[in-house]
Amino acid sequence: MTTEVLTQVQNPAPQDQILPPEYQLKEKEPEHCPGPESEDAGKADACNGCANKDICESLPKGPDPDIPLIVDNLSNIQHKILVLSGKGGVGKSTFTSMLSWALSADEDLQVGAMDLDICGPSLPRMMGCDNELVHESNSGWTPVYVADNLATMSIQYMLPEEDSAVIWRGSKKNLLIKKFLKDVDWDYLDYLVIDTPPGTSDEHISINKYMKDSGIDGALIVTTPQEVALLDVRKEIDFCRKAGINILGVVENMSGFVCPGCKHESQIFRATTGGGKKLCQELGLNFLGSVPLDPRIGKCCDNGESFLDTYPTSPASVAVLKVVEALRDAVGDL
Amino acid sequence: MDENEDGPAPALAKIKHIILVLSGKGGVGKSSVTTQTALSLVSMGYNVGVLDIDLTGPSLPRMFGIEDKSILQGPAGWLPVEVKTNRETGSLKVISLGFLLDHRGNSVVWRGPKKTAMIKQFINDVYWGELDYLLIDTPPGTSDEHISIAEQLRFSRPDGGIIVTTPQGVATADVRKEINFCKKIELKILGVVENMSGFICPYCAECTNIFSSGGGEKLAKQFDVPYLGNIPIDPTFVDMIENQSTTNETLVQSYENSSLYDIYQGILKKVITI
Repeated sequence: MTTEVLTQVQNPAPQDQILPPEYQLKEKEPEHCPGPESEDAGKADACNGCANKDICESLPKGPDPDIPLIVDNLSNIQHKILVLSGKGGVGKSTFTSMLSWALSADEDLQVGAMDLDICGPSLPRMMGCDNELVHESNSGWTPVYVADNLATMSIQYMLPEEDSAVIWRGSKKNLLIKKFLKDVDWDYLDYLVIDTPPGTSDEHISINKYMKDSGIDGALIVTTPQEVALLDVRKEIDFCRKAGINILGVVENMSGFVCPGCKHESQIFRATTGGGKKLCQELGLNFLGSVPLDPRIGKCCDNGESFLDTYPTSPASVAVLKVVEALRDAVGDL
Repeated sequence: MDENEDGPAPALAKIKHIILVLSGKGGVGKSSVTTQTALSLVSMGYNVGVLDIDLTGPSLPRMFGIEDKSILQGPAGWLPVEVKTNRETGSLKVISLGFLLDHRGNSVVWRGPKKTAMIKQFINDVYWGELDYLLIDTPPGTSDEHISIAEQLRFSRPDGGIIVTTPQGVATADVRKEINFCKKIELKILGVVENMSGFICPYCAECTNIFSSGGGEKLAKQFDVPYLGNIPIDPTFVDMIENQSTTNETLVQSYENSSLYDIYQGILKKVITI
């Protein structure tokens, strides 16, 4: 006898984590009810003997008292952009670094780049500042400045050794993310670009929860052309929709490779299902452009150099700058 | 407390070897390497199980062309999805969260405790039967899934982990963290595989190191662990995965005829003789 396991596991979509909890009271609230969502829910005198006691007790309690502090700390940041992808290794950090560099090329813009990938922080290395340390002052943690107008923050700056593994469960990661938002002295920024790890778990739920009230402009979704990547990216888009995160657009990275020997183009990660463009048509999203593979991008990232400055005429640079323009357009800055 | 909290999971009792596939970095080819290891072992006649603990981004159902299948409940536990091999010896079974989703585009938005509970169920509730090898594909990082699987397996004595990396420094930096994690949980490292190492242009046969080269070997030397070899970028592997529904061959047969088969045999031999 076989039955589908699906029904046992229940539908794995704990919307309560993102959306306000739904509940139904067994009877009307009694007199002196502290309110089912208050701090004292289920604990006040009026709760004794109330049929709703169990329901109220299990509800998440009140708003997080840190959220107003986060809103205050981020109040001088004009645009906040998340860089997301369900899939790893598609170029989220590469794109975050290029976007930050491209924006900060304009001396009148103040730019910040924050790395939420706690277990695999790549951003510091790509920005050429992986040996820096974070300093603490009265006004909070001072970010590491790569240029006068480009601030960065990552867990890498706090590790005792470069290779230390950060063996943390989600709850601990959430605490650090909160600190990045509440205690880092970002000061005035025109843009804060937030690099995320792959997946749809603690980091993603938390950044959305903590920043919702500060206002996130939206998410830039990075993908590569092949279906195995698109499959995970679809999940990320589904997450954004459930969580109410605006999607600014999708960029397709690593699409096509031009052989430096014979100039023929090969599709290394072949778009058997139409790639990022088709995905956007299917889901009604804004396709921001494709960036070709260029071996020099990886080298620049390894050396912490700006690819855009080193090879400004490369087709990849031109493509990235076009995406940056489109993105600024999408947040209403141009 | 569970009754088997301080002993090996009974569900794994009839499994001879357990191998984890790990990498600190995402998108380096953990699932590709898991797939290739599984197909190679099946073609050598072994009975192989594959457990996918990448809960928020499961790729293995797509890899094996079984995205539309479901896990069924049998009398002895959850029944893994079987991949057709058309062979007398050598079978292939897969468990992945992908099989439990209503729609392939649905997201699994879970915090740590829920992921931990799922992994516990995958270890304790699946009826694998007799297996020569159980391969465990992991997500990137060193967090909930990794801590949980280490806890669940601590009495089952896994053989060790295969570490996958790509050559560039940004990837090996994350992979070094993963190796330090393995040391901490006392998981033996079977060796390092360098994936996406060079691309041979189909037009002029010139090899370009798109993601640089040699990073894996250097990494292995630095940590004094075996270097298993490198796998080049081969777009025909992606084609093979994507076109498997339209050919008459089983995936194992297609793989045996692919150019990666011999390359990977060289790598795998070093693992299974250890």
